[in-house]
Amino acid sequence: MERHELIVIGGGPSGLAAATTAANAGIECLLIDEQANPGGQIYRAVGTIPEQRASLLGPDYNYGRKLVDQFNQSSASYLPGTTLWNLNSQREIGILRDGQASLISADRIIIATGAMERPVPFPGWTLPGVMSAGAGQILLKSSGLVPAQGVVLAGVGPLLLLLAWQYLHAGVKIHAILDMSPSGNIWRALPHLPGALLAHHYILKGLRYQMQLKMAGVKFFSGVTEFHAVGGDLLEAVEFTHRGGRKRIDTHLLLSHFGVIPDSHLSRCAGCDHTWDANQLCWRPVADKWGNSSVDGIAIVGDGSGIGGAVAARHAGRIAGFEAARALGRMDEKQRDDAAREDQGWMRDDLRVRPFLEARFHPPAELLSAPPDETVVCRCEEINAGAIRTAIHAGHKDANQVKFLTRCGMGPCQGRQCDNAVSQIVARELGDKKMISGGYRIRPPIRPLTIEQLAALDEGADPK
Amino acid sequence: MPVFRRLEEADIRWVEIQIDGQTTQAREGDSVAAALLAAGLRSCRTSPISGAPRAPFCMMGVCYECLVEVDGIPNRQSCQITVQEGMQIRRQIGTAKGYR
Repeated sequence: MERHELIVIGGGPSGLAAATTAANAGIECLLIDEQANPGGQIYRAVGTIPEQRASLLGPDYNYGRKLVDQFNQSSASYLPGTTLWNLNSQREIGILRDGQASLISADRIIIATGAMERPVPFPGWTLPGVMSAGAGQILLKSSGLVPAQGVVLAGVGPLLLLLAWQYLHAGVKIHAILDMSPSGNIWRALPHLPGALLAHHYILKGLRYQMQLKMAGVKFFSGVTEFHAVGGDLLEAVEFTHRGGRKRIDTHLLLSHFGVIPDSHLSRCAGCDHTWDANQLCWRPVADKWGNSSVDGIAIVGDGSGIGGAVAARHAGRIAGFEAARALGRMDEKQRDDAAREDQGWMRDDLRVRPFLEARFHPPAELLSAPPDETVVCRCEEINAGAIRTAIHAGHKDANQVKFLTRCGMGPCQGRQCDNAVSQIVARELGDKKMISGGYRIRPPIRPLTIEQLAALDEGADPK
Repeated sequence: MPVFRRLEEADIRWVEIQIDGQTTQAREGDSVAAALLAAGLRSCRTSPISGAPRAPFCMMGVCYECLVEVDGIPNRQSCQITVQEGMQIRRQIGTAKGYR
């Protein structure tokens, strides 16, 4: 089996920083990336983007170039366009590249798989014309595609404002921005404001976006509830309750967003311990301040270990890179501590805004755990919330039992889109506030693999 | 009318692809899913369960809504594949051909 000293999984800010730092400390390092180019989702296409489009995305995005350049100048090698279908506690990795499955392993692994948008089932979310706001932004970053006939942006979270602001500058018609965060969020966020002001540039940026959008005449609706996407075969409109009245806005495109959560399939597959984070409303891996998970030799950094954003992810990646240098014998503890000190300080400062953001953009509980019965929760197998509740009340007391009974989570996405929702529906129905019943058990292959690909598995010769 | 349009940018390089046998242009570097949306397609497959039309949703490889047939191979994640000159793309209706 091909063996490396260090394998970093994921080419976003934390993965790039971790690989660069470790390689610069003399470690032989391979970075495996699902994408064709380094940058992750946040700095997607940063190396190839036309100047005009880059300026539309703003200076934060363009910082990604520096990270990619530093990575390219390091001795780390890069394996793009590669899917991972397994990672076990022996640090053996199953990969799929150009249709060829193979196994590789490493003395140490850093998982930097980042975040995904929190999937939130609402009536009509499977209609063509409904996409996530992150999807809209990816189309803008990597293909220069923007809505042609206007767009409705709806949900909870800062990405909605950022994307609206970028669209505004690209001349896109924004029909409306619908904010579904509960009105009480503002009050719950206030106590965290003094701390957040230590990282006030984030807050000022948000206020500036909002002001410019309002000045441009974009309509904002806050406190939106009972949100539905409606249409026959295609999206035709959104309907929602606002200030006690039912409203309808015709649109061919809805971009929804409900915050981001760690992409935890890989860390769960590897058997790392996870806990439920009640502030971020997601499963997150247990990790120490160096990123070490509960499994020996596997570290998890960046948004994949809990949402902290791109800047914190970059520092966390560097910190984990120094820790890898210690674990692999290139530094002693003191050298590691000295090397990591600056990044630890910067990361701490940057994370000060998080408690405020988490409270301000906390999604409403009923949206996540109490979708109407007819709402499709599992998009792949088309299992609705009513069927899930029926299973729970028939005695299936956790997400896995619901899965066995209903096939919820057994389609091609392997539960990525329904896991978070099913966990919360189960918890609500059973009054389980601590989420002790757990989420889906994640087993390999965690990406669809054909029998032909598995049969042609290249295990590689054992090293002599 | 297409739901997405391209920004007007200089120096666009195009590749020729086929969608359901129709020749069309995509921008070099586009994902297949982006090329389908840019070509004005509203959906890329139907659900094998209910037959309802589906379209790309997440664009980052976690929802599997964008599955299409690429160069004869079904169930490919079109948001994860970059277009190539001469690529043959087909929408997937129901269960993919050969996978019944």
